[in-house]
Amino acid sequence: MKLMFAWLTGLVFGTGIAISGMMDPAKVLNFFDIAGSWDPSLAFVMGGALIVTFSGYRLVWRRDAPLFGGSFQIPTSMIIDSKLIGGSALFGMGWGIAGFCPGAAIPALGTGRWEVALFLISVVAGIYLHRVLAKTATRAAG
Amino acid sequence: MPTEFTPLASFGGGLLIGLGAVLLMLGLGRIFGATGILSGAVFAQDREEMDWRIVLIAGMVLAPGLIFAVTGTMPALTVPISPAMIVVGGVIVGLGASLGSGCTSGHGVCGLARLSVRSLIAVPTFMATAAITVFLIRHVFGG
Repeated sequence: MKLMFAWLTGLVFGTGIAISGMMDPAKVLNFFDIAGSWDPSLAFVMGGALIVTFSGYRLVWRRDAPLFGGSFQIPTSMIIDSKLIGGSALFGMGWGIAGFCPGAAIPALGTGRWEVALFLISVVAGIYLHRVLAKTATRAAG
Repeated sequence: MPTEFTPLASFGGGLLIGLGAVLLMLGLGRIFGATGILSGAVFAQDREEMDWRIVLIAGMVLAPGLIFAVTGTMPALTVPISPAMIVVGGVIVGLGASLGSGCTSGHGVCGLARLSVRSLIAVPTFMATAAITVFLIRHVFGG
């Protein structure tokens, strides 16, 4: 049941991505190209998603626990550090270069385009690189 | 290359993206952060933690097929950059999102909806560097 629900959740999210235009790098890059062929559509994606998530989360949190057990796992950190700012700055650079972000590229994989697979393999490589760097940093600090 | 302004489809898609995020919180109590989900699906140590992420990704991947089945056309997808730039962008996206603990979905949708202080810093940061990067590539270096 839990896995069925997770699958459905992915399908709903992915369908939203597909309808919204987020999985089209040409459109994403144009959203950022204010000085050129600007396409403000993606602001509407963000607006729609935030309206539902903002109100929906508050309804869900009236419950004591999620439907399928465990507890609500919500990040509690409020630390603003160089990792957060530097990491986000890097993420934006990569997003501006490729035009894909992970949430859009995962559903886009379903179009069967090799460029999407290449992007996602590269993202996993980037995540792996972070894991290696974090381990090295911990060892150096320890 | 210009793209068509699609406020209605984009808003409607956004509503569904939000619904997906809310459903994941309702069912499993998790934030819908795509990079974290991808990372967990590949690197999680715990079988159960890995399984729901893999299944969720399978659901996401099915979406264009569903659109095709209903409308008869695949969602538009034009890649205006070279394979080398896809790799460079992808590695930076993976590294940056891991380091900054979130991407467009985790910080941009779920974090802002929670009014997370970290997300309120992260989102303007990555929006700004994305816009600067696109400006530099398209208007300064003449990509």
